[in-house]
Amino acid sequence: MKKLISPFELRDLGILGMNERNIGFIGHYNQRKNYRLADNKLQTKSAALVRGIPVPELYGTVEYQFQVKNLHETLSGRDSFVIKPAQGSGGKGILVITDRDGDLFVKSSGALIDEREVRRHTSNILAGLHSLGGRNDCAMIEALIDFDPVLKDYSFEGVPDIRVIVFRGVPVMAMMRCATHSSDGKANLHQGAVGVGIDISTGKSICAVQHDRIVTQHPDTEILFDQLNIPHWQQVLELAASCASMTGLDYLGADIVLDKQGGPMLLELNARPGLAIQVANQTGLRHRLASAAKIADLTNDQAAKIRLAREQFSCTSVARGQLSINIL
Amino acid sequence: MINSKVQIGLIAGVFIALGIGLTLYKAVSLDLPLVPDQYREVWTIESKTSFAPTNTRVGSPVNVQLKLPTGQAGWVILEEHFASSGFGFSIIEESAGSSVARWTRQKLDRPTTLYYKMQTYRASQNSSLPILPIKIPQKPLLEPDQQAATDRLVDRLQKQSSNIESFVQLLLQEFLRDSPDQDTLFLLDSYEDDAFAVLMDVLAMADISAHQIRGIVLEDGRRRQTLNSLIEVYSGEQWSIFDPSTANLGLPDNFFIWQRGDGAVLNVVGGRDSSLEFALVSNSLPAKAVVGMEQRSDQYALLDFSIYTLPVEQQGIFKGLLLIPVAALVVVFMRLLVGVRTSGTFMPILIALAFIQTTLFIGLAIFLGLIGIGLWIRSYLSQLNLLLVARVATVIIMVILLMAALAVISYRLGLDQVLTVTFFPTVIVAWTIERMSILWEEEGGHEVLIQGGGSLLVAVMAYLVMSNHLVEHLTFNFPELTLSVLGVILLFGKYTGYRLSELYRFRDMGSK
Repeated sequence: MKKLISPFELRDLGILGMNERNIGFIGHYNQRKNYRLADNKLQTKSAALVRGIPVPELYGTVEYQFQVKNLHETLSGRDSFVIKPAQGSGGKGILVITDRDGDLFVKSSGALIDEREVRRHTSNILAGLHSLGGRNDCAMIEALIDFDPVLKDYSFEGVPDIRVIVFRGVPVMAMMRCATHSSDGKANLHQGAVGVGIDISTGKSICAVQHDRIVTQHPDTEILFDQLNIPHWQQVLELAASCASMTGLDYLGADIVLDKQGGPMLLELNARPGLAIQVANQTGLRHRLASAAKIADLTNDQAAKIRLAREQFSCTSVARGQLSINIL
Repeated sequence: MINSKVQIGLIAGVFIALGIGLTLYKAVSLDLPLVPDQYREVWTIESKTSFAPTNTRVGSPVNVQLKLPTGQAGWVILEEHFASSGFGFSIIEESAGSSVARWTRQKLDRPTTLYYKMQTYRASQNSSLPILPIKIPQKPLLEPDQQAATDRLVDRLQKQSSNIESFVQLLLQEFLRDSPDQDTLFLLDSYEDDAFAVLMDVLAMADISAHQIRGIVLEDGRRRQTLNSLIEVYSGEQWSIFDPSTANLGLPDNFFIWQRGDGAVLNVVGGRDSSLEFALVSNSLPAKAVVGMEQRSDQYALLDFSIYTLPVEQQGIFKGLLLIPVAALVVVFMRLLVGVRTSGTFMPILIALAFIQTTLFIGLAIFLGLIGIGLWIRSYLSQLNLLLVARVATVIIMVILLMAALAVISYRLGLDQVLTVTFFPTVIVAWTIERMSILWEEEGGHEVLIQGGGSLLVAVMAYLVMSNHLVEHLTFNFPELTLSVLGVILLFGKYTGYRLSELYRFRDMGSK
């Protein structure tokens, strides 16, 4: 096993580095004024509703400290819900309650907490503990996704979500993020969730990684990832692509969940999507982004962009060869 | 994108070239050395004469006379500046080359400070002083019991000593002992603990000609230094100097003679509560440049606009400030090129600044101790369900109490080094504890180790760079190099290549 890879080899593979992502894509394509919509989940949600993009139902918001006292009224009759900071980053501060046990709440890990704990968590959110730059924030309470049973075994104690990187309206790369026991039910790769690269053209899995190392099966449920096939794939891509025009962000990551009833739903947007998706896809982003730029130059039509992307960004080399001819 | 890249490249290029160009100019044409060897230690001494007028309501005429030092024992005075706004000022030459600065004013109605600043260096290690005429000591008039005690003391010491020098040495040691004998104690008591006066009188009673030498103990960065005294005695053939604080023979190397012989250094007529304090700073300058400054100091226009022209206290502050850009460069390098994760972007610099005061290993131990104990207490606060701001405030107070406890306990145990704990920035330490604690709860101890370790690594590197002699020499003597540092940082800001950590992170990518 190699200890380090040479920078030239990385460049040949088309791997996008953190510095280049920051300067060349986030800094260059994303205007700062457009960040607000992506960074604030409440704004994302209302913008999505205006455009008819499906999102998880909002049960309520807590904006001020005094409202924390009345939290149980908002929560009454709700057996499962999620409390999260509107401006949280990196999946921080998300409390997932799956059920009730008398006066207690059941966390996704199965641990029991009392209402005091829930209130404390909410106060911390309001004080800006989990938020970008430590700003005061508001807490939002929304419905827990009842995720598609097809994906049930791919995630442990948490909802799996699908991250799609969209560049200038063209979906360029995707991965499913599966919660594990070590990630505490969170679909966050930093915390030990498994990332499964998804073929843009088919919605099938390519490769799975945990902590940037390749794995073949889920560490907890032991299901093999190579059988994974995301249902409603075309809809997922359409949803992700429509977020680009909604936010005005040219380089963004859309996090999508598959609800049993509602189908693909937009969970949140990320104006600074991470780079681990390249490891999960075993492919660099640079070449894909260059091709996506060509597609975007070619057409402005969303359906065409998705069609070209599905033809172009296949993991099988045959299809790729065909498509470059189409574009040129 | 190309455009902004070119712009940054141009700006950075101009900054880097300007910094290096000015540095080379100073190095070549002014002979300032680029490396800190064969330099002269030039001391800038600033005296502050403060006093209040005797009558603040009406104002009173004031006449202040300050004896000026003459270069003695190999010391050469380079430049002298007097600040005396609103005062009539003159320098009066006295006999034997000594001179007095005189400030006068008809009416003064508020407390005032007069400044005298000069630069001096030791041209030779020759510490011999010119021969002074010998004055027959005048025996003081003492009370009978003082007289008796003095006689007994002189008698006893004369029996123990072989010559005048050993007599003086024994006498000085007598006053330094933890438990002096009865006579000495009595004398000290009757002279109101003015050991120096006792010494002079005892020497006079023993028929030894002696006088005091007043001057400054040179310590870099001292702000409120006062005059110290040495004793010079005539031993029959020559004058010998003794340091009453150590009883050692000879002129201490770090002693700058202000005045040799008795008589007041400062004389304020029409004022009260007068005080004389000194601020000191030492710089390394090349021998050649020092000689040049001596001869044609006004030709060096560049030096006139350098940091040397600032008041001494500010010079000391800038000495530290100019190191911060270098530390920032280290942080930029470690984060953008290496990819070390730190908690708080520039927190490592503040920790490194504290390390400079505490020295590295003690600083590390104190810091880890503070953070460790802090995290332990913070884990209890976690259960109390406090609002964030109140909780961080609590941690701040906790850190202060911890620091106080650490200082007191270590002082009691005789570990003076730990007293430097006060140099750690309290608020930063508190926030670090808070962040680490949250990180621990959310992402586990592993992440705390990575980020904490990263911060400490960067802090230690910044410390090593900042405490490097060459770096210190260059930043202070060539502050224009800061422009070059700025240029390099601007270039880093446009670096789109991989980070070292990414070469590790993506190491498996080529294998499949």
